Amino acid sequence: MYIKQQFRVILLAIVTLSCWAVPAMADEFSKEDLARWESEYMTVVQQGRKAFTDGKLGENGVSCAQCHPNASNTHPETYPKFQQQLGKVVPIWEMINWCIRNPLEGKDLAADDPRMVALQAYILHERRGVKLEPGKH
Amino acid sequence: MNRSITRRDFIKSAGVLTAASTLPISMVELAFADSSKNFTFAHISDSHIQHIKGTKFVRNWDRGLIRAVAETNLLNPKPDFVIYGGDLAQLGSKPELDHGAEIMSALNYKTHYSLGEHDYYEDLGEYWSKLFGKQYYSFDHKGVHFVVLNSILTFDEWTYDRWPTGKQRMLEMAGIDNPNGSPFMVGKKQRDWLQQDLAIVNKNTPLVVISHSPLQKIWKGWNFWTDDAEEVQALLQPFKKTTVIYGHVHQIQYNQIGNISFHAVMATAWPWPYPATYSHAEQYLPKLTIPMNRADPFNERDATGWQLLNMANGNVDMHYTLNENTKRTVAFNTKTGQPEDMGYQAVSSLIPPQKHY
Repeated sequence: MYIKQQFRVILLAIVTLSCWAVPAMADEFSKEDLARWESEYMTVVQQGRKAFTDGKLGENGVSCAQCHPNASNTHPETYPKFQQQLGKVVPIWEMINWCIRNPLEGKDLAADDPRMVALQAYILHERRGVKLEPGKH
Repeated sequence: MNRSITRRDFIKSAGVLTAASTLPISMVELAFADSSKNFTFAHISDSHIQHIKGTKFVRNWDRGLIRAVAETNLLNPKPDFVIYGGDLAQLGSKPELDHGAEIMSALNYKTHYSLGEHDYYEDLGEYWSKLFGKQYYSFDHKGVHFVVLNSILTFDEWTYDRWPTGKQRMLEMAGIDNPNGSPFMVGKKQRDWLQQDLAIVNKNTPLVVISHSPLQKIWKGWNFWTDDAEEVQALLQPFKKTTVIYGHVHQIQYNQIGNISFHAVMATAWPWPYPATYSHAEQYLPKLTIPMNRADPFNERDATGWQLLNMANGNVDMHYTLNENTKRTVAFNTKTGQPEDMGYQAVSSLIPPQKHY
């Protein structure tokens, strides 16, 4: 009985250890992987910069960068936050759409529109290194 | 007998402003013993009139200039003249300059224009000059010498050889964060002219210099910068009371370097963030400057405006007429010898929106 119990404990220990070890092995990635992911990311950041400076994102020729050079004063690190004039807590993509509708006099982008993803990638890239402060005003 | 301006005078005048804040009028009544030496002028800048197509222009920017013109016309007492600080157009096209000139034509005052990069780089100021005249010049008014400079020139190679079309050249310079842009400069030709122009002016004559770009170096990344600022400053330093008033930055800035006071003006179009809000920028916003309030994006005229300037015994008091926001006055303090905000200069008086991030 005692031996059986001890065996179970060892077995459990082995199972636990292997559970730990196996995904770690599957997660190993190479320098090539890292380079590819970085390049995929930077491609989207550059597409975001392009959209951000594009007078055709809205419909009146105004671009995001006209008021937000280097995406400054977009403070993505403060979202989601309560926007008094919208009456609710919003993530940054809703605020981007507000800007597209108003100063840019254009039409909303879907949350998963590649341009919306790219815009957020660019904005966050310009704010890299800044500490997260959701909700801050 | 001239009386120097005291802080109390300004608080009094600020009280007048607050009382009148329901009216679209900025009234400044400062009591000077020798009031004949004092006069006011208004300064409107950076309207960025932007053509969409045909007869359509960006409504938001149009409204900013129309409002500034209307409010300036309502001033009482009337200013002696108006300065336009540059960037009337967004991309320097004829329709934009024509439309801007048409809105400005409603002004009831003599207006002295200066040139911004957005007026210039499409055709190197040719059409602008047809409408508004010389690109740099000087004039005298009630004992003050005014100089208007074209400070947005740059390297010849960039201007003449780099871009296939004027339109592309304009677009490259129009994005302030565009790395393909080029630093602003007054240039040797104009500095030589300035030296000659100033040679015959008595060094005790108050001097006011109007430029589009800051004639001081703040941050090169957005061209809050003039490459030969030090050379220009050296020509101005011999004068006992010199004030430089510049546009381009769309925000409150002020500084004192030697004898020279610096003031930036508001845009009628849109506000710009302070360079420090770009976390990768190494910039030199003058320590003296208390930032304007962070703009409220939901209020499209917020953090834009125009300004009334009072020439008080040769120094400039700057009265910022801020749409949708508390008005601010930055005046020369004769005790400290520098321009100071009349409401916020003490750190303890700062309010939350003056923190930018």
